[in-house]
Amino acid sequence: MKVRLHHPRRVLEIPGRQRVSRILADLGLDPEAFLVIRGDALLTSDSEVGDEDEIEIRPVISGGWADGAPCAA
Amino acid sequence: MRRHRAAYCAPHFLEFFEAQVHRALTTQRMLRPEERILVAVSGGKDSLALWEVLLRRGDDTTGLHINLGIGDYSRESRARTEEFARARGARLFVADLREEYGMDIGTLAEASGRSPCSACGLSKRYLFNKMARDGGFTAVATGHNLDDEAAVLLGNLLHWNMDQLARQAPVLEQTHPHLVRRVKPLYRTSERESAAYAILRGIDYVIEECPHSRGARSLLHKGVLNSLEAASAGTKQAFYWGFLDRLAPVIRAGGPPALHPCRQCDQPTTEEVCAFCRMTARAAARLNARTPSLP
Repeated sequence: MKVRLHHPRRVLEIPGRQRVSRILADLGLDPEAFLVIRGDALLTSDSEVGDEDEIEIRPVISGGWADGAPCAA
Repeated sequence: MRRHRAAYCAPHFLEFFEAQVHRALTTQRMLRPEERILVAVSGGKDSLALWEVLLRRGDDTTGLHINLGIGDYSRESRARTEEFARARGARLFVADLREEYGMDIGTLAEASGRSPCSACGLSKRYLFNKMARDGGFTAVATGHNLDDEAAVLLGNLLHWNMDQLARQAPVLEQTHPHLVRRVKPLYRTSERESAAYAILRGIDYVIEECPHSRGARSLLHKGVLNSLEAASAGTKQAFYWGFLDRLAPVIRAGGPPALHPCRQCDQPTTEEVCAFCRMTARAAARLNARTPSLP
């Protein structure tokens, strides 16, 4: 499968059929901090991703902060 | 969604998210009838998700995007925001820091001796209030979410920033005629949920991060809270909502600080001259001192 990642942008090739939870764990990514997208659908942690699939792993954590207040969103 | 012990299909998740925003607006009495709302929109997932929900509710909203002059990041942020507004026929104001004050955030931060996040936060808070007041808006809505608020709360507690703790709330009331009320309708929802909502609604938001936020302490605190959340779902919610229910009323018992108009710009401040005017004056003085004088 093709896996698109951000920060920095890159594409990885991962062989075989795998669950989303396993893919994130193998890449050392916190499931709370990422969403996994296939096409226009969000995948849950127990979803299976096939060898021919292309997925995007998108980070969801953002923002800096200073002076005791968050970066104004 | 472990903290809710629930799993939703896409249509029901969208319904859930919008209901959470509606609940925040009603339980915290964020909006009054006929409210004219200025929505602060960066082009990121949270602010665009918020604007989408408010537009769908039929609220009277206008977007405000501030061009901070941070290279490609600012160009992309502005383009996504303008495209969002255009596609929905929504009103959008764009303020340009360089055009208004002669400096982008990088220059302002460096010349004033502040960190970029500090200069940015101060500039945005100042411009949100100024633009809202000048435009006759009665509320400013920002996309701060549960993760933002929980991370800031952790930081404020670690350093016992009592003044900041007293001001941390989903609604910052108008305590001076020159101060426009600020509301945070996403305080009940996580940033993961904001991102999921934006993706499912087909919102094309900026994924890239502000280059100045790399290594920010807030991201460290968010990581710590996410580790706690992974071990015990609902921790972030219990932490922040518990603060609002139990500690915030005690800290605020002394009442809000006395505000009066800034001697230079008329914006509300606790000092004689507001922090924004002091920052821009300091930066301008340093830049002028560096410019070689002509013979």
